[in-house]
Amino acid sequence: MRIPLTYSIRNMFTRKLTAALTVLGIALVVFVFSAVLMLAYGIEKTLVATGSDDNVLMIRKGSENELSSGIERDLANTIRALPQIAVGADGKPVLSTEVVVIINLQKISTNDMGNVTVRGVTPQAFQLRPSVHLSGGRMFASGSREVIVGSNISKRFRGAQIGQTMKFGGDVWTIVGTFDANGTGFESEVWGDVDQLMQAFNRLSAFSSITLKLKDKNEFDALKTSMEADNRLQTIRIEREKEYYERQSRFMAIFIRVLGIFITVGFSIGAIVGAVITMYAAVANRTVEIGTLRALGFQRSNVLVTFLLESIFLSLAGWGVGLILASGLQFFTISTVNWGTFAELAFSFSLSPEIVVLSLIFSLVMGIVGGFFPAVRAARLNILTALRAA
Amino acid sequence: MRILKLIFRNVSRHKLRSALTILGIAMAVMFFGVLRTVVDAWYAGVDASANNRLITRHAVSFIFPLPYSYRDQIARVPGVSRVTFASWFQGVYIDQNQFFARMAVDAETFFDGYPEFKVEPDQLAAFKKERNACILGEKTARDYKLKIGDVMPVEGDIYPGKYEFVVRGIYKPRDERIDATQMLFHWQYIDERLRQEQPDRAGNVGWYIITINEPGKAAQISQTIDALFANSRAETKSETEAAFQQSFVSMSGAIITAMNFVSYVIIGVILLVLANTMVMTARERIREYAVLKTLGFTTVHIVGLIAGESLCISLLGGAIGIGLSFPMVGAIGANIPSGWFPIFDLKPMTLVFSGLSALVVGIVAALFPVWRATSMKIVDGLRQIG
Repeated sequence: MRIPLTYSIRNMFTRKLTAALTVLGIALVVFVFSAVLMLAYGIEKTLVATGSDDNVLMIRKGSENELSSGIERDLANTIRALPQIAVGADGKPVLSTEVVVIINLQKISTNDMGNVTVRGVTPQAFQLRPSVHLSGGRMFASGSREVIVGSNISKRFRGAQIGQTMKFGGDVWTIVGTFDANGTGFESEVWGDVDQLMQAFNRLSAFSSITLKLKDKNEFDALKTSMEADNRLQTIRIEREKEYYERQSRFMAIFIRVLGIFITVGFSIGAIVGAVITMYAAVANRTVEIGTLRALGFQRSNVLVTFLLESIFLSLAGWGVGLILASGLQFFTISTVNWGTFAELAFSFSLSPEIVVLSLIFSLVMGIVGGFFPAVRAARLNILTALRAA
Repeated sequence: MRILKLIFRNVSRHKLRSALTILGIAMAVMFFGVLRTVVDAWYAGVDASANNRLITRHAVSFIFPLPYSYRDQIARVPGVSRVTFASWFQGVYIDQNQFFARMAVDAETFFDGYPEFKVEPDQLAAFKKERNACILGEKTARDYKLKIGDVMPVEGDIYPGKYEFVVRGIYKPRDERIDATQMLFHWQYIDERLRQEQPDRAGNVGWYIITINEPGKAAQISQTIDALFANSRAETKSETEAAFQQSFVSMSGAIITAMNFVSYVIIGVILLVLANTMVMTARERIREYAVLKTLGFTTVHIVGLIAGESLCISLLGGAIGIGLSFPMVGAIGANIPSGWFPIFDLKPMTLVFSGLSALVVGIVAALFPVWRATSMKIVDGLRQIG
């Protein structure tokens, strides 16, 4: 014989203020917990989405990223001849030799200077990165001091609109277009002609990286074997584009997750305490009721379950409120410096089904832990003393 | 002072509830302290800056090098008493996870420019004599159990190649604000290698560290230095060391803002927990307050009782939380890689903040019960049951 669920639910509304305070406390904890997970996921999503399945990125061995890497021109020519590289409609291998540098631009929001990635590209870069497409203005003309800027850059930095000029590399560059990249990291970059940029930054002899498209994404191992067989190519580090970008975000994502979860679990103890206090008070105030229920024939286990359920309903309500608040965060984009590459990266909070489930489990745990001992106390009440308590 | 006794007695009327509330507050205050310590650790570089030092770096980004030839020109600027320089070498020591600063510096002048790194004179002399010598901060030496004479193999990444450094000295920080984790070696050693292997990269330094005579003239001297190199291939930006360090902090500005936000959320949770308890407590005692009022006690007394109980709980919880934050911060500091946050200590300001939050929370949590108790008519209060 079970006590009806409605008993538990309606009891939540008898002491509205107390219940509201407890629910709010749990909601805050769920909010922070979800926000942290959403932030880390958002970073990973932005960076990982930046890579394609069948692209391969090459940098110098020993370098961690494009910024600190250098690949000599003649090596690039050797690589161009490898058979596993896809061939474009124009008969040329789909391979882009690129240079990556950092410049300073002033942020609109804080007036601080921020580091922005500038990438010198070849026409193949657009074939390699189908997510990139012009959203305004026109493409830069090759051989000219023109650039196009990612949408994040034009939004967040001063002097980054079409028609304005940027000063770097000892020369003045005109912005002739803006581009979108489906929320990937490229939106936080400035693109220009690779030869022009290499000349301006005085690094005529070496590219930063080579990105190429495989004929078939399973050819990665074959490519690696071909390269290992060639003595000249021993200094090149090769990895799938997706893995490269995942590696760039790894440190930051781990830091945020570890710190965030540690702090959240820590102060969730505060919220749990709130739930415990509320439930103990609920039991204390309903002693006569409990005695009556037991006299009517309900078992100790029924009483235990009822009070545990009440606590769980409180925490579920907290979960709902917290999650709604957290999903509101998805409208915000944050810009910070990616510690791997030292350049600005914009990303937003992303909600995933996993995060929803994790936060649900977390709040259920809070509810069960919080409600357990009070429920046990309610179950262990002696019928006679309970009925007499007035 | 009987009211104090009454307050204490009231707190212990419901021992379990009071204990739980104090526990909840203590935990939240402890984590508040930890979070603020993480934020403070970010600013450690700014705190440790000397006001008589300027940093001159490449105008676009400090990751671009400056020519070695700038040094003599900077030294001739009026107001400059000393010039030294450093380059970020980093490289891999043992594996990718061993993070502490590894820099190539001007062996002759670096430790004059940084008097807060204290080195024994004989160790310094030995360091200067040997090309591949290095000096370690005492924290890194301790963490990796390195002593004078040990060899440290480092695989270069920015400057590729295998390098071996011999520990010839260990520096002690002048006070607890100073980073004790750095590894410093000869710039000349790296440059010589570069001249053989990648000659177009040789002859460059990362940034210049300039000691000036009058801190008040910092802005002026900075401008003079930058004017020397305006319109050259490598334009410079000179600023006080504090401003330079601050620019690093600003890079992670969004993350720091988020952490500050979370610390306020923690305070919010503390507030909710205490408010919950106080509302419950006050509701149970409406009849008592009505009786007290009948006896002639005034509103002031009632407010004092409620607020006093609330403050008593919150201050106790706060004190315990503050007490717990010391071992917690110590445990965390011992378990993170030494180079991430070279300085990881509870600052007095954090303790003050924690205490103040407990105080404010104690007052705010009492507001609603106080309002309810004081606005009710005695007659209604007496009518309340349970």
